[in-house]
Amino acid sequence: MTSGKLPAALTRTLSGVELPPVPHATEGGILKARPPRHGREGRRFGFRPQKPRAPSGEPAWLLPFVLGAVLLLSVLPLARLAGAGVSGLVDGEAARLIFEPATFAALRNTLVTATGGMVVSLFLGSLFAFALALTDIRGKLILSFAFMLPMMIPPQVTALAWVEMSGPASPLLKTLGLAPPLGSPQPLYSLSGIALLLGVQHAPLVFLALKAGLAASPRDGIEAARLSGAGPFRVFRDIVLPLSAPGLIAGGAIAFVSGIGNFGIPAILGIPAGIETLPTLIFSRLASFGAATFGEIALISTLIAAISAAGLLVQQHALAGRDYRLIGHSGARAAFSLGRWRIALEALLVSLLALVLVAPLLALVASSLVPAYGVPLTFDTMSLSAYAEILFRQAITLTALKNSLFLASAAALGLLVVTVPAAYLLTRREGALANLLAILMEIPYALPGIVLAVAFILTFAAPLPVVGVSLYGTIWIILAAYFSSFLAVSLKPVMSAFTQMDPALEEAARLAGAGFFRRMRDVLLPLIAPAAGASVILVFLIAANELTVSALLWSAGTQTLGVAIFNLDDSGSSDLASALSVLVVLLVIALMAALEFFAKYLPEGVLPWRN
Amino acid sequence: MAQLILNHLSKDFGSGKSPGNGRPAVADVSLTLRRQGFLALLGPSGCGKTTVLRMIAGFEQPSDGSISYGERRLSDAGGALPPEKRNMAMVFQSYALWPHMTVAQNVGYPLKVRGISGAQWQKRVGEALSLVKLTELAERRPAALSGGQRQRVALARCLVTQPDVVLLDEPLANLDQHLRKAMEETFRTFHERSGATMVYVTHDQAEAMALATDVAVMSEGRLLQVAPPAEIYARPEGRVVGGLIGRGSILRLPLAENGDRQLGWPVLRASLGSRDGVPVGPLADVLVRPEHVHRGTDGVLMRVLSSVFEGERFALDLALPDGQRLKAFSSVAIAEGQTAPFVIAGGWRL
Repeated sequence: MTSGKLPAALTRTLSGVELPPVPHATEGGILKARPPRHGREGRRFGFRPQKPRAPSGEPAWLLPFVLGAVLLLSVLPLARLAGAGVSGLVDGEAARLIFEPATFAALRNTLVTATGGMVVSLFLGSLFAFALALTDIRGKLILSFAFMLPMMIPPQVTALAWVEMSGPASPLLKTLGLAPPLGSPQPLYSLSGIALLLGVQHAPLVFLALKAGLAASPRDGIEAARLSGAGPFRVFRDIVLPLSAPGLIAGGAIAFVSGIGNFGIPAILGIPAGIETLPTLIFSRLASFGAATFGEIALISTLIAAISAAGLLVQQHALAGRDYRLIGHSGARAAFSLGRWRIALEALLVSLLALVLVAPLLALVASSLVPAYGVPLTFDTMSLSAYAEILFRQAITLTALKNSLFLASAAALGLLVVTVPAAYLLTRREGALANLLAILMEIPYALPGIVLAVAFILTFAAPLPVVGVSLYGTIWIILAAYFSSFLAVSLKPVMSAFTQMDPALEEAARLAGAGFFRRMRDVLLPLIAPAAGASVILVFLIAANELTVSALLWSAGTQTLGVAIFNLDDSGSSDLASALSVLVVLLVIALMAALEFFAKYLPEGVLPWRN
Repeated sequence: MAQLILNHLSKDFGSGKSPGNGRPAVADVSLTLRRQGFLALLGPSGCGKTTVLRMIAGFEQPSDGSISYGERRLSDAGGALPPEKRNMAMVFQSYALWPHMTVAQNVGYPLKVRGISGAQWQKRVGEALSLVKLTELAERRPAALSGGQRQRVALARCLVTQPDVVLLDEPLANLDQHLRKAMEETFRTFHERSGATMVYVTHDQAEAMALATDVAVMSEGRLLQVAPPAEIYARPEGRVVGGLIGRGSILRLPLAENGDRQLGWPVLRASLGSRDGVPVGPLADVLVRPEHVHRGTDGVLMRVLSSVFEGERFALDLALPDGQRLKAFSSVAIAEGQTAPFVIAGGWRL
């Protein structure tokens, strides 16, 4: 085809001079007659009254579906709780309750232990974060994995392990001949014991908050500072600390909030010593089910929610506008070479891990192997009878195992039905509605589990409106609460996968002619499958070990693994509790290792213990 | 084959999202593509050319105006035919190959969606792959291909369904110089064989010139000029197009109003010499191509500011007596700082 000369009618020169009429525009003047704002305004909320279809390609049912799920799982229970809290404030009940000695003491204990825990977390978390992110110590991957492990081990198991490690009956100390005399008090049954364990449990949160910033940012900055003549300590003070301050504040805040809402640790350590925190107070009030119970626990949970919200606001504020990814590029090379100090730092980190992780777990294993309370562990006394007992003889533990596996798999798989469409919707929409949806899905996870459990009790205690059946006391209320609580956990990996996917992949499928379901099945789902798998395992991992929510919602026949461990310990069967805990820890390690194994197929930011 | 018609097409993303703070991404673009034409949409990044392409594909809905294919209305402010119903195909800048499918599955997917399978599927996928010379790689995954091979897979995927319109979004941007030349050749063959109308978005004017039957220049959301490559090169409209297409210098010269736009040396010499005498008229923009500037005894004295060897010739930077700069080519080296007479054989009044 020659392209030298061509008829003027086919290509038009448009230098703003004159526009020859286009046939279509003059035919009936359709364009002029159409009000231009119809299209734009209608599309913003997706409620376009009459078709024609918008080119966004998202089917009409998608937004109502996601909206409905979020309303049911997040807005409804939280609104019910807020309503109960407000009505308590209005009739003056709140003031009376808060100044009641028991509540006041619990509030004080909660604040003291959460603050103490925060200090311990900040110390441990920043030590490990700075050491792993900035220095040239060896074995970073294994140190990091081991340090993150306490976060995934259920708190009641941590508490149990530490109790078995210290105190007069410790099989470990007895075997080593170091045990204090029988009858002397268990040092962990105290406020400082609770604070210490909260600190250990939540130190990984500080570690993550700090490391996210440190790993990505300051290498170039540090090298520039050293070239400017600053020594290592000067660099640390002038560059590293200011850069990590937001991470420290945010990590501290999240550790504090987690400490406020923790139930497992104060339940195991506090209840024997008569120390109540707000979560255990709710638990014991609910156990001694009185007339005013619902009103009271609603008020106490509102109190916890308010303290947590304050902490979360501090965290949000500290992280606002922080985007380290833009500064420099991260590299494998460490910023500080420690020289001969390296071995000292390595020794310190390893011994800390031995103390806070290995020793308690060993103690746990030891006490699961002794035949009876107080017997020292030797090769002669060692027995597997506790395992045989919980796995083959105790109906209660078997039921608990079955319940937890059912709840965890149902929550993990069922949530995908909500989170895959929700993630698709959120990545393709911007604006107020999408932001609101994202926040609403985040809240139930951010709030302490105990608050969520109370919200579900308040919402579902009365029979359901149409069918007239009450969910309360059945396993379904626990499942509903899990759906709500782990919505954010399930959403995050899927969301990362959708965000990191090139939108052109879906657009190419659309141009190929594939409609919504077709391209979901052929293109999108296969691409997000690894992330969806990670989402399933993560939810399963957390849900299978969950205690706080189920401790309030269980009843005969619906106990979970967490509840079973707690009850076994409570009734004095520490060997059975330990054996069950050992199995739980093994499950956690196996699932984490499975995730670690296929981490390379996952989008970034999916695994909470990796950056 | 029908014509693709853009009629007063505009797109406003709303104040927050638009990079040009408040100005619409595309404003009042009207354009009729000739049948089976190859249109290059040329412009600097952020000029709205990709938005036009995405509106044609149906990924964006116009805020105003319409897009039609023949008698069929594809999009307007009230609604849009979804992309999956348009029978168009697109080569994305990132190629958008589905990583979980083999090369053959990628290429054959549009057929599969249309319900074509079995021997027919095999045959058409085979044809498309052989056209882009990828038959041996049919069972590979996209991850195992080089950039140029991925590009050809994307092209084969466009070919396989005989689309009415093929859209190309900076398809060569991620390839090295050598591959670009080879791919340009493939595009040309592809265009001749497919008979589809092609719209090609690029910011590289050499690419646009080499491939297209028509070049449309956009800037800041507006369409400035549409013309065949030779014409837009010789007769650009306005400073922006003149500066964007080809190499050249824009001089401010006094010229008589309403004169011929194509200027020869007598007119230009009079204009250049008029500085010290009586002005011929008001100042006008004149585009001068470097190949039209050469040494000549009847020329005007100019100083050589720099002389850079480019392989096939020297590129000169000249200064007119009044200080205006002019680009020129020379087959021989000229010392920097030297003054010599130069003739401007032709100019185009913008």
